[in-house]
Amino acid sequence: MISARCSGIAGSGAAVPVLEMRGIRKQFPGVVALDEVDLSLQAGEVHVLLGENGAGKSTLMKILSGAYRKDAGTILMNGASADIQGPGDALARGIRVIYQELNLVPHLSVAENIFLGAAPTTWGGLIDWRQLHDRTVSLLADLGMDIAPTTPVHRLSLAQRQMVEIAKALATQASVLVMDEPTSALTSREVDQLFALVARLIARGVAIVYITHRLDEVYRIGDRVTVLRDGRHVATSLLSEVTVAELVRQMANREVGEHLPKVRVTPGAELLRVEGLGRGDVLTDVSFSLRAGEVVGIGGLLGAGRTELARVLAGADRADTGQIFVAGQPVCLRTPADAIAHRIGLLPEDRKAQGLVGGFTIERNIALPHGRQLAPYGYLPARCEATMAEPHVRELRIKGASTQPARLLSGGNQQKVVLGKWVAGNARIFIFDEPTRGVDVGAKVEIYNLMNRLTAAGAGIIMISSELPELLGMSDRILVMHRGRVQAEFQSADATQESVLTAALGLAS
Amino acid sequence: MTRPGALARARQFGTVLGLLALSAVLWALTPHFLTVPNLLNVAQQTSINAIIAVGMTFVIISGGIDLSVGSIVALSGVALGAALQDGQALPVALAIALGAGVACGLVNGAIVSWGGLPPFIVTLGMMSIARGAALLFTEGRPVSGFDPLFRSIATGHVGGVPAPIIVTIAVYLIAHVVLTRTTFGRYVYAIGGNEEATRLAGVPVRFHKTMIYAVSGLVSGIAAVILTARLNSAQPIAGMMYELDAIAATVIGGTSLMGGQGSLAGTLVGALIMGVLRNGLNLLGVSSFLQQIVIGAVIIGAVLVDTLLKRHRN
Repeated sequence: MISARCSGIAGSGAAVPVLEMRGIRKQFPGVVALDEVDLSLQAGEVHVLLGENGAGKSTLMKILSGAYRKDAGTILMNGASADIQGPGDALARGIRVIYQELNLVPHLSVAENIFLGAAPTTWGGLIDWRQLHDRTVSLLADLGMDIAPTTPVHRLSLAQRQMVEIAKALATQASVLVMDEPTSALTSREVDQLFALVARLIARGVAIVYITHRLDEVYRIGDRVTVLRDGRHVATSLLSEVTVAELVRQMANREVGEHLPKVRVTPGAELLRVEGLGRGDVLTDVSFSLRAGEVVGIGGLLGAGRTELARVLAGADRADTGQIFVAGQPVCLRTPADAIAHRIGLLPEDRKAQGLVGGFTIERNIALPHGRQLAPYGYLPARCEATMAEPHVRELRIKGASTQPARLLSGGNQQKVVLGKWVAGNARIFIFDEPTRGVDVGAKVEIYNLMNRLTAAGAGIIMISSELPELLGMSDRILVMHRGRVQAEFQSADATQESVLTAALGLAS
Repeated sequence: MTRPGALARARQFGTVLGLLALSAVLWALTPHFLTVPNLLNVAQQTSINAIIAVGMTFVIISGGIDLSVGSIVALSGVALGAALQDGQALPVALAIALGAGVACGLVNGAIVSWGGLPPFIVTLGMMSIARGAALLFTEGRPVSGFDPLFRSIATGHVGGVPAPIIVTIAVYLIAHVVLTRTTFGRYVYAIGGNEEATRLAGVPVRFHKTMIYAVSGLVSGIAAVILTARLNSAQPIAGMMYELDAIAATVIGGTSLMGGQGSLAGTLVGALIMGVLRNGLNLLGVSSFLQQIVIGAVIIGAVLVDTLLKRHRN
């Protein structure tokens, strides 16, 4: 714990909060991202914001930074109403956000980056290099950073770049600093450095919103914690009064609102087996198997290696180590064509970027992987693509004129078109990466039913999902990944939201 | 929302209207414009740009660009000229000319695909390399004087129609079938529309991208044959700025530089607009300096109208 000064903060309520967000609401087409969310910040406080992927943390911070506009609610600063219409307003009010992906210009020096766009100038309009240098030196000394102002940023370590980013944020008067998973790429020594800096900042009265997935850090650095779930405020507590188990429960305990129409099938022969798969530092020693009729769910947080695993199995990326067996035979998946030949189909998370050619019709998208089969000599007879696609369009109930370009379809229909590509090629192993992301509720159920039909017909499904009800409800078995490894494996009957989330956070072995 | 198929047709219809309007104005201004000899003349002069623009259309639909076509015309031309003067049979000499074009295109495509460099850079380099090779090979001097059989490629007629026009029509018909009725053509659009999704669909994207640049090299070789026959001379400085004319014809024809959409019919109309404009300005006695300004304005104007229309519909 960094300080003792927080003892009076939440208790007395005497101090006026630096920042208060009340009843914040934000709606995107088809989804309410934030609903009646409150957050208050005291000067000199580290306020931790916790929640699963998609809980609304980033949306809330984007409203604070002016990147998004709220649909309802009020924002107060030091007790007075603060109207934040855009990034300029937020900056003028002393709100600074440090995003996970840093925004520095690699080939400029530390000093130039810190004062980018606000460099001191001489009366002729030229940059006043001496003043720039001096101000940087004093700023860095003030923050206790040991970095030379003339060093080009690309020569710095990641932790040092993060510090430069913080220095940049504080070069002008700042009262609220938002840090989005600042330690995700740091070594433990660098984390210590960063926390020392945070301690110095709060001593100066800066209020910090700290977003993280690492629960161990939360207790080291935080004073209070607010948990969001599904865009709603769950609880705000003093960290001295809340246990890890309680936090996990607050994050996980969502109601299983929709009925999941899971149909269980007696598993058949083994379709796929993976042994000791590794790739760089994103996948380490991943082993599992998939049988006909089975849905193997893969849980974990963003960056746990789930999508990387899917890409290796689809031949999009290559594994460095390990072996993949399809129907008991060792196979080499060098290209997507190899994976398709072994009847593996990937339904990527980002359908628009990876699943579909947006300007192509439904028919042409479905026929795209099957050119060689349709036209052995390269010539495509008129309507041969339509003839191939039509039965699948009907069977999958894809709504939209068959001549309509795929980019104009709804999320659910786009997902069905991607599925159609693989069904048309008689795939047996389907990899669904976030199958219902960006899909409305009605279409979700349809996609679950299609998954049931696939497993009933003897296919196997690997389903990556960040939605716990979906993961628990549709899987037969669940693997939970954490930092590129399989952290835990459950039969779905034995898994609970808490146990999956605990494993995803890396807390249990 | 209009169906994009309809939108594309409307767009092409607009280009055709532009061509007709331009012709009507010229017909009103000068009696010489609408005569059979003059129109055949326009078609013949347009043929070289129109043929090169076929390859440019393939490349641009796939999301790339080919700046080297003008230099490839020069290199193919001098290879052809040297082969003919060396006494090679006409078919052999033609094969050498087309082979030189294809070879340059394959190098472009292979470096773009496997080297992962931007097409702009690779073909800019090839533009200089092919030009330099043509100059080095001929020591900067034109290769001239060919037998009448070869020259008939430019001067001959079939049923009153000049041979270059027949070659152009043949190239367009074949290329149109390739682009709309073969898997290769489908992949050209797919790669330009979404290269990653196309790769994940199991399409050998690198191979097909390489072939796309080879097509561009091939048609540049064909254009070189016609140009050499017409001039009765192969010149290492031939084909300067042809890449810009080809790009202009392609974009006036409605092919998007973003890739993924476009058509050869549009490109043909685009090439004709440029040809008719040049011819008309010549007939009207407009100075060649002013002509450049007018053509530049037409290129910008055509694409601007297209962009504004699209924005309006969205």
